[in-house]
Amino acid sequence: MLLLIAGTMSVLFVRNLFVATMLLGIVSFIMALIFISLDAVDVAFTEAAVGAGISTVLYIGTLALVGSQEKDQPKFAAGPLVICLAVGAVLYYATYEMPRFGEANNPVHTHVAPRYINDSPTEIGVPNMVTSVLASYRGYDTFGETTVIFAAGIGVLLILRQRRRRKNEDDETDVPLDEGKTGRSGSLTGLGSQHDLIPHVIAKLLIPFIFVFALYVQFHGDYGPGGGFQAGVIFAAGIILYALVFSLDYARSVVSERAILFLISAGVLLYGGVGVVSMMLGGNFLDYNVLASDPVAGQHLGILLVELGVGITVTAAMLAIFYAFVGRADLIAAKAEQEEN
Amino acid sequence: MSFGFFNYWVFIILLMIGLYTVMSRSNLVKKMIGLSLFQISVFLFYISMGKISGGTAPIVVDGPLDTAAPIYSNPLPHVLILTAIVVGIATTALGLSLVVRIRESFGTIDEEEILEMKDGA
Amino acid sequence: MAPDMLSLSSQFPILVAIAPLLTAPICALLRGKTAPWAVTTIASAYAFYISLQLLLTVASFGPISYELGGWAPPWGIEYVVDLLSGFMLVLISGVSTGVLLFARESVTKEVPTSQLGLFFAAYLLALTGMLGICITGDAFNVFVFLEIMSLSSYALIAMGERTDRRALTAAFQYLIIGTVGATFYLIGVGLIYMMTGTLNIADIAARFPEIEGTRPILAAAGFIVIGLAIKLALFPFHIWLPNGYTYAPSIITAFFAGTATKVSVYLLIRYIFTVFGVNYSFQGLELMDILLPFAVLGFLTMSAVAIYQTNIKRLLAYSSVAQLGYIILGIALANETGLTASIVHIFNHAIVKTGLFLSVGCMFFVVGSTYLKDLEGIGRRMPITTFGFVLGGLGLIGVPLTPGFISKWYLVVAALEKGSVIGYGLVALLMVSSLLAVIYIWRVVEVAYFRDMPEGTVKEEAPISLLVPTWLFILGSFYFGIETSFNVGIAKAAAAFLMGGA
Repeated sequence: MLLLIAGTMSVLFVRNLFVATMLLGIVSFIMALIFISLDAVDVAFTEAAVGAGISTVLYIGTLALVGSQEKDQPKFAAGPLVICLAVGAVLYYATYEMPRFGEANNPVHTHVAPRYINDSPTEIGVPNMVTSVLASYRGYDTFGETTVIFAAGIGVLLILRQRRRRKNEDDETDVPLDEGKTGRSGSLTGLGSQHDLIPHVIAKLLIPFIFVFALYVQFHGDYGPGGGFQAGVIFAAGIILYALVFSLDYARSVVSERAILFLISAGVLLYGGVGVVSMMLGGNFLDYNVLASDPVAGQHLGILLVELGVGITVTAAMLAIFYAFVGRADLIAAKAEQEEN
Repeated sequence: MSFGFFNYWVFIILLMIGLYTVMSRSNLVKKMIGLSLFQISVFLFYISMGKISGGTAPIVVDGPLDTAAPIYSNPLPHVLILTAIVVGIATTALGLSLVVRIRESFGTIDEEEILEMKDGA
Repeated sequence: MAPDMLSLSSQFPILVAIAPLLTAPICALLRGKTAPWAVTTIASAYAFYISLQLLLTVASFGPISYELGGWAPPWGIEYVVDLLSGFMLVLISGVSTGVLLFARESVTKEVPTSQLGLFFAAYLLALTGMLGICITGDAFNVFVFLEIMSLSSYALIAMGERTDRRALTAAFQYLIIGTVGATFYLIGVGLIYMMTGTLNIADIAARFPEIEGTRPILAAAGFIVIGLAIKLALFPFHIWLPNGYTYAPSIITAFFAGTATKVSVYLLIRYIFTVFGVNYSFQGLELMDILLPFAVLGFLTMSAVAIYQTNIKRLLAYSSVAQLGYIILGIALANETGLTASIVHIFNHAIVKTGLFLSVGCMFFVVGSTYLKDLEGIGRRMPITTFGFVLGGLGLIGVPLTPGFISKWYLVVAALEKGSVIGYGLVALLMVSSLLAVIYIWRVVEVAYFRDMPEGTVKEEAPISLLVPTWLFILGSFYFGIETSFNVGIAKAAAAFLMGGA
């Protein structure tokens, strides 16, 4: 815990953005460990994969494009400090009269949750209660969550895939991109070197295992921690590793951008489709009971399908975001070449 | 293990640091990092809420060995935070892609420098 | 569960949200100029049709509840349509459909053709988010849909980058502030969940009296109100709005101006009146003393700032912040007339502002700029468009026969009901603010009619496909200003329901 605070404090003060990013990753990872000690294994899994994994990759990708040194400053900002202290004070004020954490008779544990804990094994028949709440009781939230990822994928594509415009009019506004940079080249594609034997061999050995593990997480989420989201992230991580080691073009030839866009959409449609089918069969939206003659079997089938939908969308969206960032580097590199000529 | 309000206070401190980073730093990437910290701290708050002392992860342990019914921690906050983590990464991705584009058209990712430019642009 | 499970109408509450949602992924895959637009418009129009049906049902049979996944609340997520949410659904989907009619030609100038599929997919997601927020009865589900709306709107605002690169910084600023606001909301919901153990709004409200005096709830209310105030751009938190509205593509500005902030206002009303209850909100929290000064400062300063703007979109954006001040004022007055005024004004302002932004969109389509200096003599160059703008401006000022007059009338009555010095003071300040509105509209009129056209420009109107939707909103605003039984009637009933339901 104290490590956590130390980590965040140093994020605030460190000036090199690479170091700050790494510290953020470490904070996420410590957080994941704390989540395990708090019994939230699924969340810990996700936090480790997302916070310490994917988001670090994204930050580094960005820093490669924008430069990693923060401008010398930091002057002391009084206004924000006052606001922060005020927010903290309100939260501290709320501590009194608050139920003590960890006690079994808190309202959190006595009102809605017992139903999930006591009845979900019989109503849904899935041992992992997090999965049953996630995919069935609050399945609509998860549908929304899938949509959030879809929206992010769409948004990043919209923002980053734009061609450069007004080239002929005002070239002087386009500041050359490697100005103010600290010695790093702008392109990520250079990462895929042809000559590094060891990474190649290790990656070739690792990637199949990553995919197998992802599939295990995907379909085993009913019984242990895991599920579509975590599996999707792992799957995407496998392909990203592939892209980093063997260059982006190879990865693109495996999974093309067009296919990714199709897959992002397909995942959402699969999830929504399950809902629509259950409507047609006479239930409410996402009511899995009607999917099979036996309600529990129906729940099983429904959860399996929607988790698959989540997995597909997450994998594809993560890849789309990654491709967009790296593709941007290519675009910039191409432009820099043009300018040189 | 009863941990009282310790987690909650850690949450407050992390939240304050995150928020302060967002508001006081003019580097856009640093702002995004602060925002991520700010969101992560909220995860800690929710998860701490779901813990029951002496409880175990909310996955049914089957088998006849299971004589004394175990106490499971509350699964609901876990579900909510899974969603919130996803929202967090989505925001991060979108924010960073904006940073990249800003760097391209303004040549800097420092907010103050951009503000100085605004009148000319 | 509903008795007639097989009939489509029992599924209406969910269809209104998932029709646009499921169209979005299809739309993302479409190519070409027309197909994405057509699909989007159909989905939006369908949502509008369902919303109307829902509102009619609710008006005659009372609130509808829909259990998602077949799980009864509070275990599952519930969709609730009552008068207020039904009203919001109709408003949002209606504005969206009207704006989309305008979009077909307008976006071709502002968005590259290759991006149209994604652009409209994001548009649909924003629409889904708004509809989802209004219809859901679950506090956490609100957060999820709030984020769907926000994420897609950041991307949509950034699309204005082709015209002005500042769209990027505007979108980034909005992203930071919006995320902080949403996270505040999440903390507030967390605190409430901690005290009640439930996330269902009706269930929270039922369990609320037991715990309403406690400190965590006070903190929760604080976080939720501030979080939503950030999202709805209440006066001190408004900085993201003028930038966002100024640099976004025309149709996005028109769409968001009518709907996005209104959704947050809706949530605020929901929390103040349904969850916290009138008594706790205004006696325990003393929200009147907190909101009132901000509302008044908001409409006075922002109207004044609007006068000095050089960009007509920015001028209208500041005026939007000012108008939000009126809406919050109505809420803060804490009586039935005040709440009626707020709800009516949500509706009226949405129609008028959308009309105004669309007419600005027409000007942009022809002139390619929204700076006042480029619009000199526009009244002679584009007479039909400019006349529409002027009529809309009258609505903004609150001239009789326009909808602005109706809302201000109710606000004045509510302030007088309040009585005492404060009430009369408020009436006077409302008059001052209206005068300021006269000034900023007059500035546009002066530029449009009393300056010469730049050399070499000819009379040139916007295409008919742009003019028709614009005038639809302008004429609609007059219709609702004269024949007020729909908007005022429903607002009154909704206000009575909210005040009584506490």
